[in-house]
Amino acid sequence: MSLRILVCVKRVPAPGARINVTDDGQSVETAHLGFTTSPHEECALEEAVQLTEANGGTVVVLTLGPPEAEEQLRYAASVGAHELVLVPTDGTAWDPQRTATALTEAIEAQEAAGGAFDLILFGNESADSGGFQVGVRVARALGRPIVNGIKGIEVGAESVTARRAVDAGSEVYELPRPAVLGVKEGLNLPRYPTMRGRLASKKAELVTAELDVEAGGQRLVALRQPEEQVSNTELLGDSPAAATAVVDLLEELGVLES
Amino acid sequence: MSDIPSTAMPATAKVVVIGAGIVGNCLVGHLADLGWTDMVLIDKGPLPNPGGSTGHASNFIFPVDHNKEMALLGVQSANQYRDLGLSVDSGGIEVARTQERWDELQRRMTSAMAWGVEAHLLTPEQVTELVPFVNDEIILGGFYCPSVSVVDSLETGTVMRRKAQDKGVLEVFANTEVLDIETEPTPHNGLSKVTAVVTDKGRIEAEYVVVACGVWSNRVANMAGATIPLVPAVHQMADVGPIDILAETNNEIGYPIVRDMDTFCYERQSAGSMEVGSYAHRPILHHPDEIPSNAEAALSPTEMPFTPDDFDEQMEQAIELMDMLGDAEIKYAINGLLSLTPDAMPCLGETTEVANLWSAAAVWVKEGPGMAQVVAEWMTHGYPRVIDAHGADVARFYDWERNDEHIWARAEEHFNKTYGIVHPAEQWASRRGLVKGAVYDRQEAAQAEFYEARGWERPQWYNSNADLVERYDLGPRDTEWDNRWWSPITIGEHLNLRENCGVVDLSAFQIYDLSGPGAVEFAERLAVNKVDKPVGSSVYTPWLNNDGGFHSDLTMMRIAEDTVRIVTGVFDGGRDRFWVLKHLPADGSVTFTDRTRDLTTLGLWGPKAPEVLSQLTGHDLSQSGSPYGSYLDIELDLPGGPAAVKLFRISYVGDTGWEIYADWDHGGAIWDALFDAGRDHGIRPTGGGVYGSSGRMEKGYRLMGAELESEYDPVEAGLARPRVKAADFIGKEAYLAARERGPLAKMCTLTVENLTDAEGRERWMQGGNEPILTADGERIEDGHGRVSRVTSAAYGPSVGKHLLLGYLPPDLAEVGTDLQVMYMHERFPVKVAAVDGSVFDPDDTRLKT
Repeated sequence: MSLRILVCVKRVPAPGARINVTDDGQSVETAHLGFTTSPHEECALEEAVQLTEANGGTVVVLTLGPPEAEEQLRYAASVGAHELVLVPTDGTAWDPQRTATALTEAIEAQEAAGGAFDLILFGNESADSGGFQVGVRVARALGRPIVNGIKGIEVGAESVTARRAVDAGSEVYELPRPAVLGVKEGLNLPRYPTMRGRLASKKAELVTAELDVEAGGQRLVALRQPEEQVSNTELLGDSPAAATAVVDLLEELGVLES
Repeated sequence: MSDIPSTAMPATAKVVVIGAGIVGNCLVGHLADLGWTDMVLIDKGPLPNPGGSTGHASNFIFPVDHNKEMALLGVQSANQYRDLGLSVDSGGIEVARTQERWDELQRRMTSAMAWGVEAHLLTPEQVTELVPFVNDEIILGGFYCPSVSVVDSLETGTVMRRKAQDKGVLEVFANTEVLDIETEPTPHNGLSKVTAVVTDKGRIEAEYVVVACGVWSNRVANMAGATIPLVPAVHQMADVGPIDILAETNNEIGYPIVRDMDTFCYERQSAGSMEVGSYAHRPILHHPDEIPSNAEAALSPTEMPFTPDDFDEQMEQAIELMDMLGDAEIKYAINGLLSLTPDAMPCLGETTEVANLWSAAAVWVKEGPGMAQVVAEWMTHGYPRVIDAHGADVARFYDWERNDEHIWARAEEHFNKTYGIVHPAEQWASRRGLVKGAVYDRQEAAQAEFYEARGWERPQWYNSNADLVERYDLGPRDTEWDNRWWSPITIGEHLNLRENCGVVDLSAFQIYDLSGPGAVEFAERLAVNKVDKPVGSSVYTPWLNNDGGFHSDLTMMRIAEDTVRIVTGVFDGGRDRFWVLKHLPADGSVTFTDRTRDLTTLGLWGPKAPEVLSQLTGHDLSQSGSPYGSYLDIELDLPGGPAAVKLFRISYVGDTGWEIYADWDHGGAIWDALFDAGRDHGIRPTGGGVYGSSGRMEKGYRLMGAELESEYDPVEAGLARPRVKAADFIGKEAYLAARERGPLAKMCTLTVENLTDAEGRERWMQGGNEPILTADGERIEDGHGRVSRVTSAAYGPSVGKHLLLGYLPPDLAEVGTDLQVMYMHERFPVKVAAVDGSVFDPDDTRLKT
């Protein structure tokens, strides 16, 4: 069984640090930012690579984004993706509808040229705007089934079994192929690129898919920096010297009786 | 005690140290050892890793460096880490892929011998016996140091900091940002003095403030109006793994570190992974304002986002050397920031703009504890004791070396030389022509080969003198290395000067006037030798530090009843200027004036010099009319009219002649007149190769920064006069004790008796700390533990020998003693030719005719 899997990814600011909003409120400060792929999508990619490693096949990675998103596509190649497709934007924000329209068009073009995808994987939601919509809209437009929140995938001869965690246990879905899945972090542990992988990724062919889709949709009014959470930590003292203060506090909280 | 910060910031402190990286932490530990109390250490980041360069350092020390300060402070630092039990001797190998690098490793062996570091050259097979995963097919061999160590810099910092805390002499405030450093003016010397540090947690009045802020140091110093010339620069590093063979060692470091010198990379095991670090990528510099705050940084402020495109070539090379790295995952990769300065040396010492504001910056983990000790001793004793640190003294920089344009250009130039093969005489390519002498255009016309000295352009030789090579039957040396940054023309210029005469441009002399009612008394206080002599006299004199070691070596002239002129070398001008200003009497009785750009100096020397000069003046130029060591205020008759000059009868080259001091604007006319007058007397423009090297060394004249350092005293340098002046001076007590004790080493001139190496080539030692060995080839240390090494080297054309200067213990410092010198890892026979004297014209008859 040889699989043809598409993974859709998005270039987002690397998390882990305070991200500042520009003075005009229209974008984020990028001076100190690294960029990455959304964590859910890293898992999607890893899953796709593992599935093709086990079953044979091809992983195609597609992104809609600025020219700099090539960095994320090359990263995907460095961890095992075979084909890279960039749908370029001019850097302005695209709303989920337009994004989905563009992706659908790009996917149809890819399928026309290279054959249908057995599986299309999205991250459950993007790490920056978190719209939860694009995957669903694309699946709908392509007329394929989709399940979100997936943390387990098994591919059968004609179908795909997808598992998602719920409070009481897990739900298991069996979808006919071709299918679309929105996956979540925890699905697997994504690999890091090897040095050889990184070097090979530099030579990987990257296709730019120019589309005739109008940019825009939603209009960004402004970004706002959330108020920083003030730490409520109070140091009560050091080693034995802290004992009295700890007792006082416990009494104040009613844990101890004075 | 834990790192829980003190809760209330004190209103006052004796010392505030800003920065809790390896340097700041070790500094407070050393200061506590030296008896300091009432100290405060602050950092804007959290402890124990506030986010500076220490936190991401690769933490290894290769103890061999060609530079004495860097090598010995590296060894000193390694020993301090060892003494704390926070170091592992992993060993380390520098591998060579090219013949040029293999030759360089011979030079490393030579420096290892100089600094007493065990080292071995390995065949490729021997390399793989120690590091089995190295591809031995692409290397010619390796340079192995068993004492290469891996250290825990964060824990060392913590231990040193807690030592001071446990003594009750230090309070620590993390997460505390410095907002301002307050100063007050000190009108007597035009500088200012530090008074307080303002932080976001409160203001602390402080007597001393130390900037140990790593990459942020210049920005923090700027708050006080001071400068610490450094720039944050990227050093890329990737951690790849897991790798089975490394994991199986079950150790943080189980294999020697490998430096792949030709690719400017290293591979250093870190538990089950390999850290691959690079100094090969394009220089990537950042302004401190571009460094994120702790909150804005995904990792830490100095671990900036990795730019993989810059690293790809190094990955290919790393895989070439260690194939297993190719399949290892890149788990962590950073653009780590470290500090670079314009001349690749650290910035230590008191800032020149603000009294009691100290710099302890541009120091890497490998030399951190030792350099912190230098600064602690400097603050305590007025001078470092562990080593002479003139090369790291922040006062060495002139104003034009302190701006970003200069700092960036030079840092960009030398970043890729971190693992480079740097010739001892190597010149800078960037930022040339910053300061041109008064006759620069004439020198350019004479095809001068300019060498740069702290921004000043000085001719080393003149290509217009190429005919002298033929006249004196000269030729190139046998090897490219010995010819690099050298020309036989310089030998021709030397022989011509001895036969006829030559003109040397001395524009780069730094000239400072002390004037006012207290000038002479103050000058006496600075100088070992007597300055209070009749107007018209001069004195060549050391300036000492309190310990009796050399701070300076220069000339002082009594140019008026209340004015003393100081003439010093361009490499020392910044430090000497600051020394003067720092000691200037607070009562305002002495005024300091920098005359460097008002006056130019030309040297005219050689047996024909009196004949030439006498065409420009009717003054009696004989020894009675112009005695050696004194000067005349006269006018020279120039075609365009008379020019007032000081004719100073002195010589640094061993032939009679004068230093001619004149208004800067008269320099060109005097130059032209001298050449017109000397046309029939063989006059030639003559470069620094004669003045600073061959001429000087034939006479055994010492050079500040080479022979003369704070580690040696005038008795050892052979510069002690028969009697000691009555007036008090800085270092007098120590000087008297040194005279009483006698020398533990003596400055000697040695001649190389056979220059031929094993391949039959003549080799020419460069004066790059080559070790002087016993006749049996053993390393020599004196009673102070100072190694005997070549401090200067030059061929002496008039004596027909290659000459070396160096200190020897008294029992070896006897004329005729046979010794050896190591050069490029070969031993050559040498003989002591002079002790405290000259090999050329030892009676100085040529100076006074």
